[in-house]
Amino acid sequence: MSLEDLYQEIILDHYRKPKNRAPELADEDVHVHHSNPLCGDEMDLRIAVADGKLDGVVFDGEGCSISQASASAMTQAVKGRELDDVLALTEDFRLMMHGDEPSRPDDLQDGIAFQGVAKFPVRVKCALLGWMAVKDAIETYQSGDATHSVTHGE
Amino acid sequence: MTIDVPTIRKDFPTLAREVHDTRLVYLDSAASSQTPRAVLDVMDEYYERYRSNVHRGVYRLAEEATDLFEGARHKVAAFTNAPVEGTIFTKNSTEAINLVAYSYVRRRLGEGDVLLTTHMEHHANIVPWLHAQQDLGFEIRYIPLTEDGRLDMDAVPALLDDGRVSFLAVSHVSNVLGTINDVKTLAAQARDANPGCRVLVDGSQAVPHLAVDFRDLGVDFYAFTGHKMCGPTGVGVLLGRPEVLETMPPFLTGGEMILDVRLDGVTWNELPHKFEAGTMMIAEVGGLGAACDYLTGIGMDAIREHEKQLTAKALDALAGLDDVTVHGPTDVEVRGGAVSFAVDGVHPHDIGAMLDQEGVCVRVGHHCAKPLMRVLGVNATARASFYLYNDADDLPPLVRGIERARDFFAR
Repeated sequence: MSLEDLYQEIILDHYRKPKNRAPELADEDVHVHHSNPLCGDEMDLRIAVADGKLDGVVFDGEGCSISQASASAMTQAVKGRELDDVLALTEDFRLMMHGDEPSRPDDLQDGIAFQGVAKFPVRVKCALLGWMAVKDAIETYQSGDATHSVTHGE
Repeated sequence: MTIDVPTIRKDFPTLAREVHDTRLVYLDSAASSQTPRAVLDVMDEYYERYRSNVHRGVYRLAEEATDLFEGARHKVAAFTNAPVEGTIFTKNSTEAINLVAYSYVRRRLGEGDVLLTTHMEHHANIVPWLHAQQDLGFEIRYIPLTEDGRLDMDAVPALLDDGRVSFLAVSHVSNVLGTINDVKTLAAQARDANPGCRVLVDGSQAVPHLAVDFRDLGVDFYAFTGHKMCGPTGVGVLLGRPEVLETMPPFLTGGEMILDVRLDGVTWNELPHKFEAGTMMIAEVGGLGAACDYLTGIGMDAIREHEKQLTAKALDALAGLDDVTVHGPTDVEVRGGAVSFAVDGVHPHDIGAMLDQEGVCVRVGHHCAKPLMRVLGVNATARASFYLYNDADDLPPLVRGIERARDFFAR
């Protein structure tokens, strides 16, 4: 496993040309802020829900290539899905980051490109940041709140 | 004055290893330095020949262990020109500063008092004050920075003007910017404004790299740590003026720090033992004494001169790179060997990963100085830091890794 594998083309593409990166979202239902103080990563994630589905999702913030690219790939994979399905897919991604084979590789779309990150333990939390933010946004929505802020530890 | 880096490198076992099939280039001594064989030998000898507790035993081994422990105290005191009875062992700088926070600041400061510190402090020299402030309600003021990352000394008189600053806490050398602060002048100014003002200096980044003279600085407390100065982890030091320490209650209490215990009261032990509760880190204290010997053998002035020259070369090399910005002073007369930098369009974490492939160890992140990160307007920086075992051969891999990261991520 080399550094080139970590930063393969799909990941670099998402880093250089992120999808669904925006500071605002029309019809926003929930806004969460997630930070990773250890690396100084900051992420704002906004979702809009319609008919029990994730109608819109955007992220914004600062962070390393892995965190930004993973959030970008995540937004593509989860948009339009039922909320519970997003939570299930997030769990699949999380387990993949801990070395498991993903059970839904096709549904993860470009997220599958991050499988190799599992071999770089210090970068796993980078890849997880966006996914943990969308999970939190959905749980915040389900509990009836509109904002939530999370600081991740080591 | 020159030092022979190839010979010095042979003293450090870690530096002989390779990572990713390439020579290890260790540029993270500001986080933790490497350990020379001479320090490891002293600690091994304690465990292999005379391991026992100090101060209590009447047998030969315990005498030898006590000699190691108290001998190290004399070495540390001599190394920093501090009084032996004011040389207190702690587990690190953080604990040394907390000792002062609990046994001095929390006992003496209250509403109406002001604690003065700066925008460039490590969390170890901010968090104890913020925590105490929550309980006691004193005011905290901050000395701001100039554009090039020095303390704005022009701003100091106005901060001291009302005579309410009763405690000054300032770092000797910044762990992020490398800036060397004129703590002697600051201490004098603070005392001119309020004769009762006490001064604590966080010398974690100074003692490893400069000849520090505690008595000459004229401060009340001076904290530093062993693991950044070729010593082991687990041991730090608080230097204090004995006349101030005498007036302070103990920090941690229990065994060893008492002269007498009755059912109705306690008599504290004499300095410095009043502030050393329980069995201490004996091997590590011995290792720190050996580190003082090692550094003295090479010469602190020679180490400072070597780092100055190497830092100048590093600053030149970084200045020659497009899209690279260095934080902090560019004049090596007023800065140490910690060099923080940014590369446009590349996150420090990615720079660190690229440099690792070149065998180069640098620190990336906020360096436990989040208030400073906010002043600089960044979330994180990459930092290369130099020590006596680094030389100009370590610069090409650093430059190569930075260029590689820039071309890879920002193209």
